[in-house]
Amino acid sequence: MSAPALEIAGISKSFGGLRVARDISLSLPVGARHALIGPNGAGKTTLVHIVSGLVTPSAGTIHLAGTDITHVAPERRVALGLARTFQISSLFPSLSVVENVGLAFEARFGLDRRIWGRVRDRPEIVDGAAALLERLGLLELAARRVADLPYGQRRLVEIALVLALEPKTLLLDEPAAGLAAADRGALVDLLLRLPDTLSILVIEHDMSLVFRLAQRITVLVEGRILTEGTVAEIRADPRVRDVYLGTRVHA
Amino acid sequence: MLSVVATFAALFVDGVAYGMILFLMSVGLTVTLGVMRIANLAHCAFAMAGGYMAFALVQSGHFTLFTALPLAALATMILGAALERTVYRWVYLTGQLGQILMTIGLVFIIVATANLLFGSNLYALALPDWLSRSWSYGAVAISAYRVFIIGVSAGIAAVLWAVLEYTDFGAKLRAAVDNPRMARCVGIDVPWVFSITFSIGCGLAAAAGILGTQIMPLEPWYALEYLVPVLMVVAVGGLGSLKGSFYAALVLGIVDTFGRYYVPAAGAFVIYLAVVVLLLWRPSGVFARA
Amino acid sequence: MAVTQADRIKTARNGFARHRLSWIDALPFLFAAALYSITSRYLPLGTQVMIQIVFAMSLDLALGYGGIDSLGHVAFFGMGAYSAGLFATHVSSDPILGMLVAAVAGALTGLITGPVVLRTRGLTLVMMTLAVATMLQELGNANAMKPVTGGADGLFGYKIAPLFGLFPFDLAGRTGYWYALGIVAIVFFICKVVVNSPFGLAIRGIRDNPVRMRMLGVHVTTRLVTLYSISGALAAMAGGLSAQVTKLVGLDSLAFLLSGNALVMLILGGTGSLYGAIVGATIFVVLSDRAAAVDPFNWLFVIGFVLILAVRFAPQGIVGLLTEWSRRAEARRSAK
Repeated sequence: MSAPALEIAGISKSFGGLRVARDISLSLPVGARHALIGPNGAGKTTLVHIVSGLVTPSAGTIHLAGTDITHVAPERRVALGLARTFQISSLFPSLSVVENVGLAFEARFGLDRRIWGRVRDRPEIVDGAAALLERLGLLELAARRVADLPYGQRRLVEIALVLALEPKTLLLDEPAAGLAAADRGALVDLLLRLPDTLSILVIEHDMSLVFRLAQRITVLVEGRILTEGTVAEIRADPRVRDVYLGTRVHA
Repeated sequence: MLSVVATFAALFVDGVAYGMILFLMSVGLTVTLGVMRIANLAHCAFAMAGGYMAFALVQSGHFTLFTALPLAALATMILGAALERTVYRWVYLTGQLGQILMTIGLVFIIVATANLLFGSNLYALALPDWLSRSWSYGAVAISAYRVFIIGVSAGIAAVLWAVLEYTDFGAKLRAAVDNPRMARCVGIDVPWVFSITFSIGCGLAAAAGILGTQIMPLEPWYALEYLVPVLMVVAVGGLGSLKGSFYAALVLGIVDTFGRYYVPAAGAFVIYLAVVVLLLWRPSGVFARA
Repeated sequence: MAVTQADRIKTARNGFARHRLSWIDALPFLFAAALYSITSRYLPLGTQVMIQIVFAMSLDLALGYGGIDSLGHVAFFGMGAYSAGLFATHVSSDPILGMLVAAVAGALTGLITGPVVLRTRGLTLVMMTLAVATMLQELGNANAMKPVTGGADGLFGYKIAPLFGLFPFDLAGRTGYWYALGIVAIVFFICKVVVNSPFGLAIRGIRDNPVRMRMLGVHVTTRLVTLYSISGALAAMAGGLSAQVTKLVGLDSLAFLLSGNALVMLILGGTGSLYGAIVGATIFVVLSDRAAAVDPFNWLFVIGFVLILAVRFAPQGIVGLLTEWSRRAEARRSAK
């Protein structure tokens, strides 16, 4: 029985007097698809910041594939196989699409240190980026500046960026946010085709995506876990309906 | 032994006086930098403008230091408000580097104007006789002028504090400082509050410039020369923290004065080394809020 | 339609910004060579232009490519100038060795102050660069350092040996001119290499979005310190060049004015493309030389207005405008 891909235990966080997370625990087995849902302000994104290392927890521990990463720097966590996307598109606006994805390959192979030689001559960067962009149908956009792209395509580039890292554990923060219906369909197909070796924790408000992708769901309300269970259990749970699902209308 | 105490006392008074001038000059800048998030490098130019205006008034023979001070400070406030409504509208539109470049451009224009109107000589405002003397207690000699500076500055600081704590405007400003977006939602006209604050900051800088001419004489490059010490006060005190700049100004004023006296070989190097060390220790300011 | 692997790679490669050496790069050097054959009166001015071109390029590397808003770059210039001057006075008057010493001094300054300065961000970073530069200026002015730096008088009277042992530095400034041109070529080449490298791409990524770079696993501060040190070495070479060509080093080589001027050059020419530094430095030095001869203080009026208007209406500078126009023309052509 190998260690879970991600183990969050007793995580709490307060900003001054404001408690944004209380005693949150979650276990993500290898290859699992786990969703985190809940109303806005429930602390979901803060939790992702804590797991990825941008915010230090007030209490609790985080284990990545058995290694304690609670006080480890974000860069090191990425090296250990963790990757995340951002709720608001977080790319490199003045660079082209292939340069964006190329940077992820560069970082992965430790080439960001290399001052000699041209970046366009490095096969690890160029070939890798080319193959990935083609797989995601973004190859024609290779030379376009990210700042010039429509929002939907930018979200796809963001996914390409994290996939380029070939992480073992992936945190997706509202990947479908702001996407039109067609783009959302493409995104779901993409996420469904991701390999079983990859473990995914996804925050989402789009329940159709959640129900198609996730195996288990954790419901977070006001920084605390309301309940956790399989998709069927959560759909049937009246408390969840009251607090979150009941009033939502899905496109 | 007594002469050491005497020197110490004189240096202390000097240091506090210099610190108070720095504080008055930094009030406007810490709010602009810390709250409005505008890199306004032209701030000390207002201190210089106020100083020159007071000088011109006194030169005309119809005014003394005391009557020129409020007039010139008020005129500088109006100048500040006028510039804020016009040039600074452009400054707000651009990013950090753009703001730095634009405000440096503004400084250059003000420096050139000062040179055009007053030439490149050093000027200080003449003090009335009762301020020029120094009080002696045995071997200890305290400059009346410096005590005057400390008194007036402390008085202004007290008024500032009272305004912040007890008036409507002060409450609005504190709200806007803490959380501009929330303040706007509650109905506080944040841009208007900032405009007023900018103006007041210019007036305070002018007051500092006018009070301090004996220590910091007026000359066209004044605007850039004292920009760095004032920026250091704001950085060490914490951007946006009035209390922080008060303490930082006092500490830097005293350290600089004692440093120059006891370690003349190092000159002003000591104070900048201290600033670098302090900023390393607490990058958001030694006295900043968490 | 299936895309072959070769096509795919070619499409991807074309997406990477091209900073390849082309005929455009030869233009400034041809111009400089032409100037030499036309006139001898303006050689010292041309040399000054080239010193500032090197300085502006070094600042563009840190600021335009790396996003390090440095108001204190003059610190490197001064370190380079004083190192070269002191080296010539006390050790050896060979110019090439002196230039290497200056570069090393600049790199060391960057390696020491970099971790201090680059830990901060935003306005605090700007003020840290200013604090460090002012600290060095005060150190140069300090009484204790007078025997070393010469205080307000500065360093003078040191000799510079003939270049390669063959070409003495004459009063007319002929050797100085070619020496400066050579240094410009070397610095330009180094900048090109850095910018085209994987490191160069990482630096631009850091400029755009440092948090994202951290979440890709990159040690941002370490990369920035490396860039800062390289930029510092190049800026120090500008200082060293000044020391060796004018045979004089004063406290003005540590003054804020030099940092400010370099910023004006970059806003005029445009940041993030080394050509902007070349264009901006040339325009600024030539104009300020003419204007300063006429009236130094009113020249300040002009710079002040230029700064405000340029930032408001043309922040991308001359080269930036030209690039935009050609991009738009290209888009129109491909649309037809």
